[in-house]
Amino acid sequence: MTAPTATTELKPPALSQGWLGWARENLFAGPLNTLLTILTVWLLLATVPAFIDWALLKAVWSAPTASVCREAAGGACWAFVYEKHRLILFGLYPFEEHWRPMLVVVIFLAMIGLSCLRRFWTPWLALYWIVALTAVGILMWGGVLGLTYVENERWGGLPLTLILSVFGIAFAFPLSILLALGRRSNMPAIKALCVIYIELIRGVPLISLLFMASVMLPLFLPTGVNFDKLLRAQIAIILFAAAYLAEVVRGGLQALPKGQYEAADALGLSYWQKTGLIILPQALKLVIPPLVNTFIGIFKDTSLVVIIGLFDLLNSLKASLVDPAWPGFSAEGYIAVSLIYFALCYFMSKYSQALEARLATGHKR
Amino acid sequence: MASDGAGPVIQMRNVNKWYGQFHVLKNINLQVSKGERIVICGPSGSGKSTMIRCLNRLEEHQAGDIAVDGIQLTNDLKNIEKIRREVGMVFQHFNLFPHLTVLENLTLAPIWVRKVPKAEAEASAMTYLERVRIPEQANKYPGQLSGGQQQRVAIARSLCMNPKIMLFDEPTSALDPEMVKEVLDVMISLAETGMTMLCVTHEMGFARQVANRVIFMDYGEIIEQNKPEEFFRNPQNDRTKLFLSQILH
Ligand SMILES: Nc1ncnc2c1ncn2[C@@H]1O[C@H](COP(=O)(O)OP(=O)(O)OP(=O)(O)O)[C@@H](O)[C@H]1O
Ligand SMILES: [Mg+2]
Repeated sequence: MTAPTATTELKPPALSQGWLGWARENLFAGPLNTLLTILTVWLLLATVPAFIDWALLKAVWSAPTASVCREAAGGACWAFVYEKHRLILFGLYPFEEHWRPMLVVVIFLAMIGLSCLRRFWTPWLALYWIVALTAVGILMWGGVLGLTYVENERWGGLPLTLILSVFGIAFAFPLSILLALGRRSNMPAIKALCVIYIELIRGVPLISLLFMASVMLPLFLPTGVNFDKLLRAQIAIILFAAAYLAEVVRGGLQALPKGQYEAADALGLSYWQKTGLIILPQALKLVIPPLVNTFIGIFKDTSLVVIIGLFDLLNSLKASLVDPAWPGFSAEGYIAVSLIYFALCYFMSKYSQALEARLATGHKR
Repeated sequence: MASDGAGPVIQMRNVNKWYGQFHVLKNINLQVSKGERIVICGPSGSGKSTMIRCLNRLEEHQAGDIAVDGIQLTNDLKNIEKIRREVGMVFQHFNLFPHLTVLENLTLAPIWVRKVPKAEAEASAMTYLERVRIPEQANKYPGQLSGGQQQRVAIARSLCMNPKIMLFDEPTSALDPEMVKEVLDVMISLAETGMTMLCVTHEMGFARQVANRVIFMDYGEIIEQNKPEEFFRNPQNDRTKLFLSQILH
């Protein structure tokens, strides 16, 4: 070996080190790069301070009336959000019963948090969810245990958004796995059925599905049979999400090397053992990023139920914006609601990254 | 069952297979009796893999009969699953399950297919890991092992099902040269236990040492078969001679 001292004493050139080196390499590496850097800095300077000024420094946090707020503020009027937060969060749910949807939100968040922990990934989890969802139903509807009955026409806001997306994902995901497996099945009838379903549903916008579910479906049903609007919207969301998720899952199934299927076959595993023990665990792990991407999409798409008059989070915000006593605060309202959406989506995204890291088992062959 | 007597454990009669118009297997007739160790060689694309993969229905033959351990190989799923329980297979690329630890790879099929209790399956898995000389890797994932170690795990995984027959499809050809020996050693010691083995391999030293019979295939046909000494010393067919001259230099 050559003398180690000769190489260890060599220092990297000064300019490739420290923040100066970093900046030179990443921000000013060439004329185009430099131009883009300058443009970006200019854009940031033009927008960020102004926004901070408006949203924080000159904002008014509480005011008795809209006009007071308007006059006092050179910036945002968060008093509006404070004034209307219960309408935004819970929609038209009876005011004095708001603790019920509040509790529902807490239950949902707790259950989602719980489900994210690997410690709870046992068959018991399904039971916990059944209990939790029963509790959600009881709290929202009432009519038992001394709770007053609240028809679901009056449900709204965050609980409704959570109900639509959690049920949507919880039912669509298993359905999508069956669809994806069916699409790769050797049995022509099953395969054709799955292909037709996926292509048909994926080919239309969710809005038109919701519209069909709420307006056209009743036309085909015999008079007297009338299942409720929320359920119809929920079913439309499940069917739609399943078609999308099925293609994501299929991508994972196809990415698995053929050898995995063959090894499982050669060991004598049955189709369902092979699928459940070997194929799906690997295929689903491969597609965690696009799966979560689709989950996030579904979560936000639930806001489209506005088209059939359900008061999800976004729509109950709209309802609060039209209050003549507090006119013209849509910027504040939308920012507040966006923050809720963002918090939940960001959590999903971060969680998926953590999950991927947890499930990694050494380098791939 | 039927194989307890002296009858063949593998019986292929006039087996034919086509991929579309391409005739991969042409009138294959092969009988293997219990405890026999057979090496199959031949040029690339000659149908070696296809032939042994027909034995556990990874590939379907279109004409002729195959019986394994006295069970007719038909489209009957029950029969196929029965045969697969008795036939172990080792692949060129190991095909270990990367999401399971070595121990889980070994115990999966005994637990789910043979319904062996978990503790018992783990104990027997450990004895097989000792036989392939890597018990210390039990709790690692396949991705953390070298190629030779992975292939030894794959052999152990098949053995855990207590198969009557082992099929090997070029088990050493994806390995770096220095790892070939460790895998061959395991296969040799397996041969010493009296296991019925069919190996597709170009390791002629292995063939000389353990095979009872060497089979040469070309263009989907069995061209020649003989005891190893005879096969190497005195090949009959010109194609065999050409092939041997190429691989033995
Ligand atoms: N799924 C398939 N569809 C069409 N042709 C195939 C298929 N699988 C294999 N073949 C063809 O069948 C022939 C035999 O293939 P096989 O894999 O049995 O050869 P082999 O003797 O094992 O060769 P090698 O030594 O390269 O592994 C080859 O010509 C191959 O191209
Ligand atoms: Mg081959």
